[in-house]
Amino acid sequence: MTATVVTITSGKGGVGKTTATANLAAALATEGQKVVCIDADIGLRNLDVILGLENRIVYDLVDVIEGRCRLRQAMIRDKRLPELYLIPAAQTRDKSAVSPSDMVRLCNELRPEVDWILLDSPAGIERGFRNAIAPADIVLVVTNPEVSAVRDADRIIGLIEAEEKGPARLIINRLKPEMVRRGDMLDIDDVLELLAVELIGVVPDDEQVVVSANRGLPVAMDGNNQAGKAFKNIARRLLGHKVPFMDLEANKGFFDRLARFFRTTGE
Amino acid sequence: MPQWLDRLLGRQPPSAVQAKERLQLVLVHDRTNLSPAKLETLKDEIIEVISRHIDIDPQAVQIDVSRDGRQQRLIADIPLRPVRREE
Ligand SMILES: Nc1ncnc2c1ncn2[C@@H]1O[C@H](COP(=O)(O)OP(=O)(O)O)[C@@H](O)[C@H]1O
Ligand SMILES: [Mg+2]
Repeated sequence: MTATVVTITSGKGGVGKTTATANLAAALATEGQKVVCIDADIGLRNLDVILGLENRIVYDLVDVIEGRCRLRQAMIRDKRLPELYLIPAAQTRDKSAVSPSDMVRLCNELRPEVDWILLDSPAGIERGFRNAIAPADIVLVVTNPEVSAVRDADRIIGLIEAEEKGPARLIINRLKPEMVRRGDMLDIDDVLELLAVELIGVVPDDEQVVVSANRGLPVAMDGNNQAGKAFKNIARRLLGHKVPFMDLEANKGFFDRLARFFRTTGE
Repeated sequence: MPQWLDRLLGRQPPSAVQAKERLQLVLVHDRTNLSPAKLETLKDEIIEVISRHIDIDPQAVQIDVSRDGRQQRLIADIPLRPVRREE
């Protein structure tokens, strides 16, 4: 086995990187892949609670890097799926405890053991981001269809190119089809035209994401729901399958626009 | 909805259209470090230099940043005045 290292990052915080990492990991593992996800957001550990593994942490990423434990010992296995593992972030340290070359070394040690290494990056353009993209073969940028998130995504995409880790691929998360329909949210084509990157998936805004987070069970493992389906599609695209994009923008036809026109002029 | 129609009816364009237009400008600035004010200065200086050598109409000069994927390009359109021969 030689793992592909996928880093999930963003410019702005809170756009859904951890949610995406947990779900892509779960979806890939469901497809029979051996997956390790690493929480590289040191000091702001979160991937463990989203995956529901917070009570099983003994060692963390910094323990591995500083040689207090072996790599195997820090890998928590998710018992609900055959081959899904988590290496949690250290909670009491900061980003300076890890360097980009530490991350490259760690991933190289893991590569022969698994199919996929998913790295959940902190937001922003500093040390934590550099740590997370150093070992990456593929970089996924998560954004929301909002002005600040798109602007910050553009910055990070530029940095990924400058670090020769590009071209980045884009996940548009939390799209609200109803707002797009009303003309109150950037649509997929707008975002792609602005950022000029390749799209790997669109995830609708879905309350189930919060419910699943409450339970510690990623939406992709939690029955039938739109967001989970969208993450499963992204996982299958990573595996090289051609999966059509979900139709999230129904009814944007002529009559719909005509109706909207008369509605707004009547006010 | 075409924007001229919105304007004709005195309505604001949809907020997503405003978002896109604003982002187009902001991203060019972020990527190039070229603010609209800097672009104006650049334009004035280009006009000055070129006017030293050839006869141009400063009003007709257009300088813009065009986007081609993730690449930006500075496009200058400088119409030249025909030479007036003095007999
Ligand atoms: N598709 C979605 N629909 C609804 N809520 C979402 C969605 N994706 C993320 N969220 C919510 O947004 C918040 C931030 O998500 P998170 O994955 O922690 O972002 P990040 O890791 O980028 O900081 C969380 O409360 C999460 O539940
Ligand atoms: Mg996070």
